[in-house]
Amino acid sequence: MSDAQQPALRLQGIVKTFPGVRALDGVDFEVMPGEVHALLGENGAGKSTLMKVLAGMYQPDDGKIIIAGRPVRMTTPIEAKAEGVVLIHQELSLVPEMSAAENIYLGELPRRSFGRVDWKTLEERSNTILKRLKCSFRSEVTVANLSIANQQMVEIARALTVDARVVVFDEPTASLTDAEKVVLFDIINDLKAQGVGIVYISHRMDEIFTLSDRITVLRDGAYRGTLTTAHTNEDEVTRLMIGRSLDLSRDEAAPTFGKTMLEVRNMGCPGLYKDISFSVREGEVVGFYGLVGAGRTEIAETLFGLRKPASGEIRVDGEPVEIASPRDAIALGISLVPENRKEQGLVLQMNCRDNMTLPQVQDLTAGPFVSQGAELAIFDQYRDRLAIKTPSWKQPVGVLSGGNQQKIVIGKWLSMQPRVLIVDEPTRGIDVGSKSEIHQLLRELAGQGYAVIVISSEMPEVLRVSDRIVAMYHGRIMREFGIHEVTEDSLVQAISGIRVDEPA
Amino acid sequence: MTRLKAGGPAIAKQGILVAFIVFMIAFSLMSDRFLSADNIMSVFRQSAIIGVMAIGVTIVVIGGNLDLSVGSMLSFATVLVVDLHDKIGPELAIPVMVLATLCLGAINGFLIGILRLNSLIVTLGMLSAIQGLVLIYSGGQNVDIVDQRGTWFAIFGRGAVFGIATPIIIFGALALIFHVIMTTMPFGRRVHAVGGNPTASVFSGIPRSRVVFMTYLISALCVAIAAIILGSRVMGSQNNVGQGYELQVLAAVILGGTSLLGGSGSILRTVLGVLMLAFIQNGLILMGQPYYTQWLVTWAVIIVAVWLDVAAKRGRLFSPIA
Repeated sequence: MSDAQQPALRLQGIVKTFPGVRALDGVDFEVMPGEVHALLGENGAGKSTLMKVLAGMYQPDDGKIIIAGRPVRMTTPIEAKAEGVVLIHQELSLVPEMSAAENIYLGELPRRSFGRVDWKTLEERSNTILKRLKCSFRSEVTVANLSIANQQMVEIARALTVDARVVVFDEPTASLTDAEKVVLFDIINDLKAQGVGIVYISHRMDEIFTLSDRITVLRDGAYRGTLTTAHTNEDEVTRLMIGRSLDLSRDEAAPTFGKTMLEVRNMGCPGLYKDISFSVREGEVVGFYGLVGAGRTEIAETLFGLRKPASGEIRVDGEPVEIASPRDAIALGISLVPENRKEQGLVLQMNCRDNMTLPQVQDLTAGPFVSQGAELAIFDQYRDRLAIKTPSWKQPVGVLSGGNQQKIVIGKWLSMQPRVLIVDEPTRGIDVGSKSEIHQLLRELAGQGYAVIVISSEMPEVLRVSDRIVAMYHGRIMREFGIHEVTEDSLVQAISGIRVDEPA
Repeated sequence: MTRLKAGGPAIAKQGILVAFIVFMIAFSLMSDRFLSADNIMSVFRQSAIIGVMAIGVTIVVIGGNLDLSVGSMLSFATVLVVDLHDKIGPELAIPVMVLATLCLGAINGFLIGILRLNSLIVTLGMLSAIQGLVLIYSGGQNVDIVDQRGTWFAIFGRGAVFGIATPIIIFGALALIFHVIMTTMPFGRRVHAVGGNPTASVFSGIPRSRVVFMTYLISALCVAIAAIILGSRVMGSQNNVGQGYELQVLAAVILGGTSLLGGSGSILRTVLGVLMLAFIQNGLILMGQPYYTQWLVTWAVIIVAVWLDVAAKRGRLFSPIA
């Protein structure tokens, strides 16, 4: 038997249960050598569990793992790696204080006598790998000094210290810029050409259709089917994944705008942004589009009282205001759904209800006590309104899927009845189903008269939800577009710092 | 799939309770006196000082910080209240001592809450700084109350109400009050939030600095109350009377299952931790063991409790990943 005919990796009937939950229910999956096989599913569909089984972190309760025709049993990630199965984690797992070389060979540093590290071999080998990945930095550099993209390269380099048969990429592009993505895709194609089987996990359809040869879909821990990428389309994949078609249409009824709710004039903060002027009216969604680091999040944080502007004026409902703390912002009716829901949005071990009512818990009282009834009323209202899926309010937020976590954060800020709602990257890292629900919700909110600011790095998102788009580059507003005058080209030009005098 | 349970086997979840019951049964089989009403009452009474302090430390720990300064703070407060008792009378000595102790708590709170310094370093430093302060104040002399029978100050440590020793009543009442505050009032919710995720708390408009500051004031208040019980019981004080208390208090808090990472914990379970430690120490003494064996046994109990706790969260006893 030659390697070309038999799968590099084959999973058969994998079952994994946790107390009370059947996380994987007889899942089949295979990767051929030199194939990119995308694994798709909503958050919580079982992708991560499956990959942890594959990487030896979890033991399956039933089923077989067959590598290059040979059934194997792996109990640790090191064993899995020895079998040629390497996982590149979604969240970087590097030791920031160590050099790239040390990270690449972490746990398997080349040794000399008496257990001393063989630095010379270490650096030679690491540099060879980095060269293979076309990295511009050398292995001696400390990881903390590398950009996120280069850190990810180190993570990938780690996978290549062995003759990898199968490399698993778990959401690798979540924190990469478009240029960095191109480099990553080159590397994936190189690996593929070398006969490595690639498992590619992502929520981004465009990437999956660019890269993959086949697509396997999981839903609720069960295998839903495998499609050949060349013979399918996004709609079919989505239906398999969420069990229905997505409604991608935009509500074209002409929106009615009320009075100006938020106005910012010549606001500046050295090193972050300058000359920022814009306004948001009731019933209007203003999209802030730009690259990571363009200053959008910093503006949101300033409006929410987390930063102090050096100059400029902020008016809420026509009144000039000073916002010195989040409390001030909340009192003025400004809500911020922050960029990073796990770090900034939620207390993960706290239950769903308490998370949702956190900003107003001191007002929901009966005498000196928190009124459970009032809290539950709010939770129930927004659980129903946002279709949050959780068995009970008592569930710690940390165990919910990304989409449901995000809805809890949105519910938390909607329940404050804000006059201005700012949402920063509202759909980062969540599945297409929840994504489209959140887009619809933002449009509905505008329809109900909320003034909404949406910050996003995804063009389809800003195009879908905004009435106006503010394009930012390097801390400055380059252009403002009405939704009917914007084109993708002009938007890309604006966020790349290219000024165009005439609207495209 | 999203319904991943947070806990593992129920027995591991209730590890502390199970261990407590096992110990109680074992000791009662080995000693007739162990379960006598007299003995139980005396264990309760002796545990009151550690217990009252542990209430405050539990709140600090839920808020995501540590307080190691409570030991020497107890020395400070006890020396002060005893010394002032004869100088200005108990009715003034108590409020003066409480205020002074609150000031120490405020220093902790300022450094950790407002300046955001590391709580381990700050309170470890305060542990020795306050001990120094005590020695400066007392000039190295131990203090005592001369008229031990004629003062109403005796009620706190030696008195009883309806046949129940006052220290037990104070401990029980404080535990109940702070349990209610932590579980049903906005302040308790905020402490949990700040300890669980300080960044998200700030993003929710919670005044994080003020909340942390308050936890240290509460801790100092508890120490002051413990000092009243201790001073009243002993009617005198050595300069280093509270030495080592910080570890016993922390042990009780950990035994009660409060996470040192902050964000979760329970006063009532801390009470259980306090009682368990006290009963173990008492049981060992009844069995004729020298008092220092309790240090070893206490250590072993804590390790097992922490292990069971972690195992319950992981769902298994060993795990290569966290």
